[in-house]
Amino acid sequence: MRKIIRDRQLVDDRWTYLEAGAAVPADGEIDVVVPLATFLADAPALLARDGRLGVRIEPGEGVADIVPHLAGIDLVCVNFPAFHDGRGLSYARELRERHRYGGEIRAVGDVQRDQVFGMYRCGINAFDVKEGKSIVDTLNGLKDFSTGYQADVYETRPVYQRG
Amino acid sequence: MYVYSAIDRQLLDERVAQFRDQTRRYLAGDLSDDEFRHLRLRNGLYIQRFAPMYRISVPYGMLNSKQLRKLAHITRTWDKGYAHVSTRQNIQLNWPALEDVPEILAELATVEMHSIQTSGNCIRNICTDHFAGVAADEVADPRPWCELIRQWATFHPEFNWLPRKFKIAVTATTHDRSVWMFNDVGVRIDRVENGTTYFSVQAGGGLGRTPMKGVVIKQDLPGEDLLSYLEAILRVYNMHGRRDNKFKARIKIIVKAFGPDVFAKMVEDEWQWIKDGPMKVPAGEVERLASHFTAPPYEDLPATDPDLQDLLATSQAFRFWYRNNVFAHRVPGYAMVMLSLKKTGVAPGDITDAQLDAVADLADLYSFGEVRTTHDQNLVLADVKQSDLPMVWEALTILGFATPNIGKLTDIIACPGGDYCSLANAKSIPIAEQIQRRFDDLDYLYEIGDIDLNISGCMNACGHHHIGHIGILGVDKKGEEFYQVQVGGHMGHDGALGEVLGPSFYADEVADVVEKLIDVYLETRRDEEERFIDTYRRLGIEPFRERVYAKDHS
Ligand code: SF4
Repeated sequence: MRKIIRDRQLVDDRWTYLEAGAAVPADGEIDVVVPLATFLADAPALLARDGRLGVRIEPGEGVADIVPHLAGIDLVCVNFPAFHDGRGLSYARELRERHRYGGEIRAVGDVQRDQVFGMYRCGINAFDVKEGKSIVDTLNGLKDFSTGYQADVYETRPVYQRG
Repeated sequence: MYVYSAIDRQLLDERVAQFRDQTRRYLAGDLSDDEFRHLRLRNGLYIQRFAPMYRISVPYGMLNSKQLRKLAHITRTWDKGYAHVSTRQNIQLNWPALEDVPEILAELATVEMHSIQTSGNCIRNICTDHFAGVAADEVADPRPWCELIRQWATFHPEFNWLPRKFKIAVTATTHDRSVWMFNDVGVRIDRVENGTTYFSVQAGGGLGRTPMKGVVIKQDLPGEDLLSYLEAILRVYNMHGRRDNKFKARIKIIVKAFGPDVFAKMVEDEWQWIKDGPMKVPAGEVERLASHFTAPPYEDLPATDPDLQDLLATSQAFRFWYRNNVFAHRVPGYAMVMLSLKKTGVAPGDITDAQLDAVADLADLYSFGEVRTTHDQNLVLADVKQSDLPMVWEALTILGFATPNIGKLTDIIACPGGDYCSLANAKSIPIAEQIQRRFDDLDYLYEIGDIDLNISGCMNACGHHHIGHIGILGVDKKGEEFYQVQVGGHMGHDGALGEVLGPSFYADEVADVVEKLIDVYLETRRDEEERFIDTYRRLGIEPFRERVYAKDHS
């Protein structure tokens, strides 16, 4: 079973990732993550389905399309095809801070130790670490720094408001 | 000068540990070259033509004597005994070994210095006027705002992986010395009213491959909203900046593509939902930061010093230096002294370990222990007593920093170019030297008057060639080094990009070309008050072009 980091813990993960065009299992016990295009093509049916629903956002897609449906989405996977493409960081912050999304936001793709501290501060609370990279080491990456100057999703006051 | 808080120190210590571990993992094979490249760049470490290049941050150009001595120690211990002042007011080393960099970073941390975000696609060092706090034409001291921006930009969780590098400058004077119009974003302090500081913000400026002057997208921005507004700009850029082509990835490309009005609207939309949130900067915070930049304990002095007047009357060498390298200070009896790092035969901006130590001593003796770096690759002692000027002059003469050429043709900005930089098309340093040798006669130099000559070794424009009154750009033609010449660029609030003169030149022709440009100017200027750039503005490029490309009639 897939192991991921969720809320600073190593946990087993049961979500099924579906690629574009793949059939959505009828079995309501199976939680699925679908690409944004798949979701938009059939949003009412996917939202009505038993089982939890996740949507995967690619860089460039933005979050505007899922905002009206956030109440029915349990997981947003933000894909980082390359670790040095930071668009997903802004997507996560917009989801958390502007749209008050409270579900899981998970980084998938090229997710590595040296990126997770910043990702976490942007509201990404789960990490599906890149294959071949140590998940334990990545977990330690969440402790690279003890604080930051800016407000973020967890520390809502910038340094100059902390008194 | 700013003194670190507990959180500054803690974050820096954690960064040192982080980079040490990153380097260890790279050397152990846990990180690939590409993975490590992005990490080391965020700590200022490039792999260059012959060795790594290591760029040390000098936030808004401020250094104290302790830091200078530490830099001297570092260049002596881990490098070849010299450092280089960059056009972003930073300090660069050319020869450190990769394995040593974590140790150098730890050494720097002991004097509240580092190399964080001096490279890589993130927010770079904040630049400002090198006369900040002492300039006579200043609306307000920009440094507290620079420090505010520095903290916001450092380890920003959202903006560490941008499409491309991001440069911010702050200006606060009627005569710009920060190049603010040619940064990705520039902010200008326009006025202070009832305790509120108001800013203008430009976006989309920049030099490099597609040079553009920025467009002011916001005016009358109160200081309390400065950071949230910058955050909104960066978010729009992070989400919409191009990542498919690194040559089109700077913010200027999207400002132009969307159009400044649409871009401003997108920023406004992002800004609306954060502007009244916790990012609002309380007046107390700006005051707290300002308390780090208070005036030093100036003495009550007469406006002019009689001994100084005597020396001015009797020594021509002193007079030349005083006229060119000494600038009027706000406080009676004081002066700002520019150290010229542009002695003929020395690479522009280079300084040895012994010179760094000596400058530290001079700063302690004569300028409250502080020094500034300038975007034109010189140093400033900003608070020197007029009565000390003769002593300072003597010391600088011995050090080789008293060349009386500030703002003149031989005060050349030049990037490291092909002698060091792996991106270069051509060398810069020997071209600077060729020109300096041609114009080494001081009478001739003063006859020509104020002029900016800037040289870049490639279109990345680290030498700011687009905004030189004369700009020289190294180009590569089938493996051979050529030089394109531009005329008419200038910085300032009304800044403009230079025009290309025509086909490029062989390396050994450059000084001849410059001389012809100067001849045209001297022959056609209205009077001695009219500077080279003014003549260009009045006559256009044609007379210059004609002369340079005229068939030789002799
Ligand atoms: S302008 Fe080009 S050659 Fe010069 S330092 Fe920059 S990248 Fe290197």
